[in-house]
Amino acid sequence: MKKTLSTLLGASALLVAPVLALTSFSSNGASFEVQVELPTMDVAEYHAPYVAMWLQSSDKTVTNLALWYDKDMRNDEGQQWLKDIRQWWRRSGRSLSLPADGITGATRKAGSHKIDFAPLKAELAKLPAGDYEFFIEVVREVGGREIISIPFSLPVTSTQNFNEKGSSELAQVSLTVTP
Amino acid sequence: MKLRLSTLILSTVLVTAPLVSHAHRAWIMPGATVLSAEKPWVTFDAAISNDIFHADHAAFRLEGLSVQAPDGAQVDLQNASVGKYRSTFDLELDAQGTYKVYTASSGLRARWVDSEGKRQSWPARGQNADSSEFTTSVPQDAKDLNVSYSSRRIETFVTAGTPSTEVFKATNEGLELVPVTHPNDLYAGETAQFTLLIDGQPAVGAEVIVLAGGMRYRNAQDEITAVSDKAGKFSITWPAAGMYWLNTSYSDSKAKAPATERQGSYTATFEVLPQ
Repeated sequence: MKKTLSTLLGASALLVAPVLALTSFSSNGASFEVQVELPTMDVAEYHAPYVAMWLQSSDKTVTNLALWYDKDMRNDEGQQWLKDIRQWWRRSGRSLSLPADGITGATRKAGSHKIDFAPLKAELAKLPAGDYEFFIEVVREVGGREIISIPFSLPVTSTQNFNEKGSSELAQVSLTVTP
Repeated sequence: MKLRLSTLILSTVLVTAPLVSHAHRAWIMPGATVLSAEKPWVTFDAAISNDIFHADHAAFRLEGLSVQAPDGAQVDLQNASVGKYRSTFDLELDAQGTYKVYTASSGLRARWVDSEGKRQSWPARGQNADSSEFTTSVPQDAKDLNVSYSSRRIETFVTAGTPSTEVFKATNEGLELVPVTHPNDLYAGETAQFTLLIDGQPAVGAEVIVLAGGMRYRNAQDEITAVSDKAGKFSITWPAAGMYWLNTSYSDSKAKAPATERQGSYTATFEVLPQ
């Protein structure tokens, strides 16, 4: 089964349409910003990690935010390791056709990275009211794997800031949801 | 301490009996079961061994091994090789979805005691029976004659991309497992459900045992057991991530003549991933 991200988003928009009509939420209008700090590793062999970020609603509907992997390797060889972003692969990756528009990017090295999800802004603003979890999953070749989740609810009436510290493959992640 | 030799021998026989009956387990083990990329490759080991997934007894014969693609087509093994203790082969998963790697056989079996009091069986060990030879090969008036129809299936599953379910369609011959939970979507701490069928009907009361790999590094078998219910269903809760070997057998008296007993054995390898 092959789906492009726009089809997926389109399908979820169709599904939520009746809910929107009932609750008269034409849009939650929220925008999202994430700051990720990938730790500096004191290791002999360092490869920039594969990273997936996504939002999961209480019924486990997934909205992908970002996917960093070796997307420019010959013969798409970098895709061979996507399954190692295990939770993301199970929840979404395995039914996605790649590269997915608006979320796919190259891997990034240790340091702090700010992501504002600009290409997804319109879609994210339409997410229905409800409980969500933000997930970030990081897996590094010849390294480890770490997953952090941050629960939040939509809509927000004021700017919400969430900070979580990682313990191995993530130094810190902060999520900002702005109405 | 005084013990007679016969007592010693008897107790040894009693102690080793369960080991012997459980020994020589056949398995097909994929290097990975959940795969990404357009046309991923998977490598497999297959053997008959005492310790699960430690090739220590005999290589698995590859002649009877088949591979079914998500669309039902048969796929060829690549780089097949039969070693002393294990066989290996590769598969290129051209299509997205779930593949089944399996061997299945069935046929008549007879056991009896001949006029000299010796145990006899047909067909010969390792041979497949030719039903047309039943009346000429088996003395129909032999003492303790037992005629059964036996089926044997050994399989495993691997998935490229989105898991699919086409290969789960039962053949309705012999003992088969129809997954309710997808076998390439198993995670530590979760419970998976399966249905056992015998000739397409629920196999009721079959005892299932599940063993984790890595037996050499622990002191007990640590079997997980289950029994199929009236609908042939049973559940397994996976205690930890790893490779698991599942085995079950079933028998009843609903056999087609000339058999009076119907038997089936089923074996599969499953991978359980960490959360």
